[in-house]
Amino acid sequence: MIAHEMPKSHYLNAEHGLKSWLLTLDHKRIGLLYLLGVSFFFLLGSAFAMLVRLELLTPEGDLMSADAYNHVFTMHGVFMVFFFLIPAIPGVLGNFALPIMIGAKDVAFPKLNLLSWYVFMTGGMFTMYGLLSGGVDTGWTFYPPYSSLYSTSAVLPVGLGVFINGFASILTGVNFMVTVHRMRAPGMTWFRLPLFVWGQYATSLVMVLGTPVIAITLVLLVLERLFHFGIFDAAKGGDPVLFQHLFWFYSHPAVYIMILPAMAVISEVIAAFARKRIFGYHAVAFSSIGIAVLGFFVWGHHMYVSSQSVYAGVVFSLLTMLVAIPSAIKVFNWTFTLYKGAVALEMPMLYAMGFLGLFTIGGLTGVFLATLGFDVHVHDTYFVVAHFHYVMVGGTIMGYLGGLHFWWPKMTGRLYSTFWGKTSGWLVFVGFNLTFFPQFLLGMQGMPRRYHAYPEEWQVLNVLSSAGASVLGVGLILPVIYFLWSLRAGRVAGPNPWGARGLEWETSSPPPTLNFDEPPVVDHEAYDYGPPTDEPAAGAAPAGAR
Amino acid sequence: MSHADSSALAHQFDSLAQQKESATLGMWLFLCQEILFFGGLFVTYLLYRWRDPTAFAAGSHELDIVLGGFNTVVLIASSLTMAMAVHSAQTDKRRQLVGYLVATGALGIVFLVVKYFEYSAKWHHHLIPGAGFRFEGAVGGRAELFFSLYFAMTGMHALHMVVGVAVLAWILKRARAGEFGSHYYNPVECFGLYWHFVDIVWIFLFPLLYLIGRHYHGGA
Repeated sequence: MIAHEMPKSHYLNAEHGLKSWLLTLDHKRIGLLYLLGVSFFFLLGSAFAMLVRLELLTPEGDLMSADAYNHVFTMHGVFMVFFFLIPAIPGVLGNFALPIMIGAKDVAFPKLNLLSWYVFMTGGMFTMYGLLSGGVDTGWTFYPPYSSLYSTSAVLPVGLGVFINGFASILTGVNFMVTVHRMRAPGMTWFRLPLFVWGQYATSLVMVLGTPVIAITLVLLVLERLFHFGIFDAAKGGDPVLFQHLFWFYSHPAVYIMILPAMAVISEVIAAFARKRIFGYHAVAFSSIGIAVLGFFVWGHHMYVSSQSVYAGVVFSLLTMLVAIPSAIKVFNWTFTLYKGAVALEMPMLYAMGFLGLFTIGGLTGVFLATLGFDVHVHDTYFVVAHFHYVMVGGTIMGYLGGLHFWWPKMTGRLYSTFWGKTSGWLVFVGFNLTFFPQFLLGMQGMPRRYHAYPEEWQVLNVLSSAGASVLGVGLILPVIYFLWSLRAGRVAGPNPWGARGLEWETSSPPPTLNFDEPPVVDHEAYDYGPPTDEPAAGAAPAGAR
Repeated sequence: MSHADSSALAHQFDSLAQQKESATLGMWLFLCQEILFFGGLFVTYLLYRWRDPTAFAAGSHELDIVLGGFNTVVLIASSLTMAMAVHSAQTDKRRQLVGYLVATGALGIVFLVVKYFEYSAKWHHHLIPGAGFRFEGAVGGRAELFFSLYFAMTGMHALHMVVGVAVLAWILKRARAGEFGSHYYNPVECFGLYWHFVDIVWIFLFPLLYLIGRHYHGGA
């Protein structure tokens, strides 16, 4: 084993002091600021999840009142969706890795990048204020007329918090898109981009085009609540279902804001640990764009039972099923990449394999739910809860953790404990399945979501689910410990601990402030691993094109 | 590279050309986002107008077409002065640049002042949506939705104008310090794009809110 030494100067020790962090324009440091922020909100969201599972341990509502339970699951959803799942991968891994992967010194707009973190934290603080002044009980979807006319909970501060946080998303999206268009190193053509970059680009597209719609929707909701504008009030000729249309026009694409970056991570990890170029590189790249675009035309599948015309339902059902095509293209191509690859089951790869299985279950149950008749049966049941947790936790969190384990040595220059890493990985996988698989069964039996009490015959499955949540919780706390420990005692990683290809592995770990000592020039495809595979050399774009 | 060039080039870029392309692309993407933001309001307007055209027509009769028309002319004029400001920056006419920026800002403020008088007239006529809303005429309370949309749409537009005037003040300060010229005029040009966008939103708002259906005198 080669003993590596930490580089003398790098982005972490280039400047010292709190001010050098709070005013940093370095995308890598901003990535770490995001890591602190999203970890905090993830912890909060998890605490509320544990309260939910604790309450559901017994059929009676004995731990908390129905009203308190409404607050708890709402705050779980709000923190997890808006302050963890949406910003996590773009904010942390995208900020850290994307500019390095395209050979740039930084993102196109470093000041906007820092601003986006402050906007994110400000939105978070508003939401925290809402939490401290009693929390919200409307569900994370804020449906009127309950949210606008009847709820006495802190809808205003939380709605404002989510509104403000949206601008962080928009700023990140604009920044990444311009960065990918204009900041690529000489020779880094579009079809030489790592697939992580394609995925982040597709995500940014959704962030830029989707987020403003929820922004205006929340503005209207606030006007409704403060001044009784009536836009969502049937008594004044308004329409509460219009809110649902506008809300899901953003919030369904938002699901792709959460899952696309995770898919982007998985492409990198699978290529690195199968030691192969991703099979069907072009198909995987374009499937990201396909998901991003299709994602804007499926929002109506959230309204099969809320007075939407059945003909619209049929169209939305078909369009929703179409999303399965680009998703399946990805899963099949990743699987084909493994075939005859030199697969190494290193830490990040465990998460990638977990992702393949869990996302497939999450995705396929999505096709069930897209089916009109079946959806009417399981609408608002635990089947839906299980489905989106398989996508959000089994997909996004697996991807996020996989990426964090993949790039941690690059971020910090140090390796974490493989033993504890694998222990945590298995706990997460087992705990996750134990938590959410029983919920599919509960949903099929008709257990509705968002209730704090249930009939006794569902207790066994609920106890299993709560037990799984504790295992999952332990699995998720372990990385905090061994990551922090690695900062002090971790082995020095060296520039390329995984033997992976890509520009980020050609610079030192941690990288210098401007990422490269010599500006890189790219003269080869992405993932040019070892002996050539059967796949023809793709993308004969001219070298040097910008 | 002259001194002025190197001070304008941010560390992450290799050349001023790359910097300019990036800024312009970023601004256009930001404007795409703005279109979707206002899009939510326009969709709402279309839907509710389609559902109750008489109430919308009755509501639009209460708007002051003279003030609205005057403001339209003011904004179009401000777009002209803004375009001239960008042109002045590109051709190194720094005194003219400052003059045109001042004119643009002044026209923007005129627009907002007129808007203030329009809003306060609505207040006096009890046309603010909410508990105090009163509407004389056959459609009665059904007109409230029109005024909700009127205030939401023109309010969001006015907010964009306020932000625009504030940013303009900053651009003006930099222009007076002589920062802009043919070598570097990104901020002026990008701000110009924003200003024209806000102007165009009004070009849609004015006919939708003030003009369409004015000829319609149906009572129902």
